[in-house]
Amino acid sequence: MKYIDEFRDGGLARGLAAAIARAAAVMPDREYRLMEFCGGHTHAISRYGLADLLPANVRMIHGPGCPVCVLPIGRVDQAIRLAMEHGVILCTYADTLRVPASDHLSLLKAKARGADIRMVYSTADALKIARDNPGREVVFFAIGFETTTPPTAVAVKLAETEGLKNFSVLCNHVLTPAAMHAILAVEGGVALDGFVGPAHVSTVIGSAPYEVFAGDYGKPVVIAGFEPLDVLQAILMLVRQINEGRACVENEFTRAVTRDGNRKAQALVAEIFELRESFEWRGLGTVPESALRLSPRYAACDAEQKFAVGYVAVPDNKACECAAILRGQKRPQECKIFGTVCTPENPVGSCMVSSEGACAAHYTYGRFREAA
Amino acid sequence: MNAVKPGYVRPLDLKQGRVDLSHGSGGRAMLQLIEQMFAAAFVNDSNDFLAQGNDGAVLPAVSGRLVMATDAHVVSPLFFPGGDIGCLSVHGTLNDVAVMGARPLWLAASFILEEGFPLADLQRIVDSMAAASLAAGVPIVTGDTKVVEQGKADGVFITTTGVGAMRPGVELGGARARPGDVILVSGSIGDHGMAIMSKRENLEFSAPIVSDTAALHGLIATLLDALPAESLYALRVLRDPTRGGLATTLNEIARQSGVGMLLDETAIPVHVAVAAACELLGLDPLYVANEGKLVAICAPEAAAVLLAALRAHPLGAEAAIIGQVQSDAQHFVQMQTRLGGRRMVDWLTGEQLPRIC
Repeated sequence: MKYIDEFRDGGLARGLAAAIARAAAVMPDREYRLMEFCGGHTHAISRYGLADLLPANVRMIHGPGCPVCVLPIGRVDQAIRLAMEHGVILCTYADTLRVPASDHLSLLKAKARGADIRMVYSTADALKIARDNPGREVVFFAIGFETTTPPTAVAVKLAETEGLKNFSVLCNHVLTPAAMHAILAVEGGVALDGFVGPAHVSTVIGSAPYEVFAGDYGKPVVIAGFEPLDVLQAILMLVRQINEGRACVENEFTRAVTRDGNRKAQALVAEIFELRESFEWRGLGTVPESALRLSPRYAACDAEQKFAVGYVAVPDNKACECAAILRGQKRPQECKIFGTVCTPENPVGSCMVSSEGACAAHYTYGRFREAA
Repeated sequence: MNAVKPGYVRPLDLKQGRVDLSHGSGGRAMLQLIEQMFAAAFVNDSNDFLAQGNDGAVLPAVSGRLVMATDAHVVSPLFFPGGDIGCLSVHGTLNDVAVMGARPLWLAASFILEEGFPLADLQRIVDSMAAASLAAGVPIVTGDTKVVEQGKADGVFITTTGVGAMRPGVELGGARARPGDVILVSGSIGDHGMAIMSKRENLEFSAPIVSDTAALHGLIATLLDALPAESLYALRVLRDPTRGGLATTLNEIARQSGVGMLLDETAIPVHVAVAAACELLGLDPLYVANEGKLVAICAPEAAAVLLAALRAHPLGAEAAIIGQVQSDAQHFVQMQTRLGGRRMVDWLTGEQLPRIC
């Protein structure tokens, strides 16, 4: 596969691994604690077994950049209520289907009870369902970071242009920099030496929004693609910055990310959405100015207003360590119910649901290391 | 059946006609459907069982042990690149019989039809079954038809059951893999699942991916012929990695045999188009269904002979050795990634693709 295989080359990977080992040997007594913010990176690290290629003193800490993982139970409850009590066709990306909600429900279980819940691959699919079912209300369960926000904006814009009055959005779009602030602001929080920054988010917002983390917090950030060589290259760049005592935003993903990002997408997002004063994240708690809702001009497309499904916060299962894991304070295997009560088949916490979740990635790809 | 006067109604309208409830009611309409469609397609010189019109087929005696397998087919869409539910329903059951080490002899087919289903489509499906059965040399000797109301099924569901005769001296089973054994696959993986995916209504991407649906008993016979009778024990397990793909099949075998496995990612054949489509959809080809591939596990001393035998057959041209069985109390299937790291190839969680076979 052209443009893919080049970034999965075993020979180059060994070369990068050797370079990382040499760089990390400069300060053999220190630990390099690097957080890969994005679940896409967590998945790549696990799927390609990259941990085996890193020296013992370079430790990857999984961040909260998994849209499904940070979605609190109350938000899934809202979606279920829309489908079960308001009779809407609820369109959702597949990842959210199995997230545990209240009353032992999930979207998948609600579907089995007769709720009309449909898996879609894009907002265009949801719009098509709305066009094909003019007599039904169709709600798109919008989740995700800045990467998935523009497609939702496009759908809202199209719905308005077409006069599609039966289409609305349950908006849960969240913001990457706000989450990074929250992680660094946790008192007695996780000790971090740098971030592997998310590539796809940065294609939209650019690299500039991370400059504050390098500047104010002194944490190097390297924006990286999701192929294994991208991740290894970013780790090497971070270790070198740390060795040199630098803290800058560097861009490993130059093939798609610029400093300014996608201005057109940013403008559309700014037109369709506005900042929420605060938003509850699983793991990070209530974070100010960390999420979006539809702007007043597009209120007709806002499912929360259209159907009066208020948000009710629901506490997580007490035994579940998702919160600490999402903050980077614990590793999945340090959770008492990891792999016993909580498995991908019967997830207790959201980190065990999405393939990008730290627990699911470790369970699926890496748990043989514990057994050994 | 012969006593019924011919010409009692107009022939089936194969252009405009649709299945209605009377086609499953046991009355004349059902008889007409059976005679003019099913029997017309399935009865031939080597198969007059159906023509006898009895409730069951009386089969000749077979020496040795018998193998029986059954498989329900609910694929959506019914027609896909490289095949349709008809040939799939023949291949699926034949392969289940064949991987036990048996020569498939007879098939039974039962249809659940949805009211309103076009007879023209049903004819295409039945013709495809007939062609697959004829090509495989395995007749459909008995069957059943039921019709359910509109909305109670999705067009056509087909269940087939097969009976085969075990080849003497062959002992195969998922519990027979031992540490040190070699794992072979007969060709590229993921073709069927991605062919289906490419036609899904809400996934209208076009890729030149064709289902690999095929009857494997010829390939399996070649494989068994390659080993002298005293070495047949060296072949431990044969299985066709259908739903859940190669990963699921290997996990099943690992669990049954109480062993672990170590695969080499670079050795597993995947067509570029399948790899690209999987990449696009975030799927892993290891978990995507196949309908014409074989996984073989054998003692190391037989691996070279069996690989050569597979490659000499048209269905096994891309066969490869993909890994080894190892001892592992946890029964983990692991893989050396192309990057040089190691990962698990775990059981599939939930469903990767709905209704693929």
